[in-house]
Amino acid sequence: MLDVKSGDEESFAILLQKYRSPMVNFLYRMVRDAAAAEDLAQEVFLRVYRARKQYSPSAKFTTWLFRIATNLALNSIRDNRHRQMDVSIDAPVEEDEVRVELPAREMRIDDFMVERDRTALIRRAIAALPEKQRAAVLLHKYEEMDYGEIARILDCSESALKSLLFRAYETLRVQLAPLVSQPVAHPPGERRPS
Amino acid sequence: MKCEDVSKILIAYLDRRTNSADRGEIEAHLSSCPACWTRAEEFRRLWVVMDAVPGIEPSFAFDAKVRQRIAAEPRSRWFGWLVPQPRIVFSMALLAALSIWMAKMPPNDLGSGGKGQDFEAIKDLGVLENYDVLTKFDALDELPTGDSIQVQNPKPEEQSTQKGGGS
Repeated sequence: MLDVKSGDEESFAILLQKYRSPMVNFLYRMVRDAAAAEDLAQEVFLRVYRARKQYSPSAKFTTWLFRIATNLALNSIRDNRHRQMDVSIDAPVEEDEVRVELPAREMRIDDFMVERDRTALIRRAIAALPEKQRAAVLLHKYEEMDYGEIARILDCSESALKSLLFRAYETLRVQLAPLVSQPVAHPPGERRPS
Repeated sequence: MKCEDVSKILIAYLDRRTNSADRGEIEAHLSSCPACWTRAEEFRRLWVVMDAVPGIEPSFAFDAKVRQRIAAEPRSRWFGWLVPQPRIVFSMALLAALSIWMAKMPPNDLGSGGKGQDFEAIKDLGVLENYDVLTKFDALDELPTGDSIQVQNPKPEEQSTQKGGGS
C-alpha cells in the first residue's frame, strides 16, 4: 500500500488482484446480493485509491480495507431497509436471490439438491444475524482475522467482540441444529451409559 | 469455572488462542459439564459446516470496472497546489471590490469649514424650499420703503425706476 501511496499504479493492480475475491465474497455474505456486492467492492477499491495519499501504516492494511467495506455494507443494508419500507404492498415479493450453481460431474442430482438446500440454509441463517454479529462472524470465520483486528474494524473492545461472537455462533448453532447437533453428548471424561 | 465464564472464552479456546491456564480450566470444566461440552462440539461442527459453503467469484469485468471508475476520477496535477479554491477566489474578489468601493467614497468630514455651512443651509430645507419665490416676489417691491415714506411726492423717474426693478 505504501507503494500505491507513492504513486505506483502497478502496486494498486496487485492489491486489486489479491483482495478482490475476499472482498466480493465478504460483501456478498453481508448484503446477499451478488450485483450489489460487486458494486460495493468496486466502491471500496475506489475509496482506497482516493485515500491512498492519506494512508498511514499505523494499522494493518486489511484492517483499513475491511473497515471501509464493513461501513459501506452496513450503510447499504440500512439504505435497502429504508427502501423496502417504501415499497408498495402491491409490489411483487422478491425471493432470496438464487445463484445458479451447477453440480460437479461426479455428483448425483439428489446429492446436488441436498447440498444446495444445505448451503441455502446456512446462508439464510448467517443472513438472519444482526448486522454487527454477521460482520463479526464473517471476519472471524471466513477472513480468519484475529480479535484485535476485528475489534478495530467493528469499533468495539476485544471482550465485547468475544461476547458478540459467542452470541452469534450460539444463534447459528440453534438455527442450524439439524446440521450440527450431536445425537448424544458425552464429555470425554464422563462414562458413557452402556 | 462456571458455565458463564466458559461462554466468555469458549470461542478463543476453540480458536486455540487462550493461555495455558485458561485452557486447563476450561478443559476441566468441559470434562464435567455435558451442556458446555456439547456446545463446544457443536461449535466445532458448525465451523466445519460453514466452511462447506462455497464463495462467489468476482465477474470478469470487475477489474476493468474498477479501473474505469478510477480513470473517471479527477486527476491531481503537479501545479494543483497553485490553483486556489473557488471559494477563496470569490472571497478575495469580494474583498477587493469592497475596498475599491470604499476608497471611491467621498471623505465624511461634516464637521469641517465650508461643508459645515452647506449642512447648515440644508438643515432647514423644509423652511427654505420657497427661497426663490420669496426673493423674487413682486408684491414685496411694492411695499413702501423707508425713503418713500419720508418723501410724500416722489419724482416721476424714481417711480418708474422702482417699477422697472420689480419686473
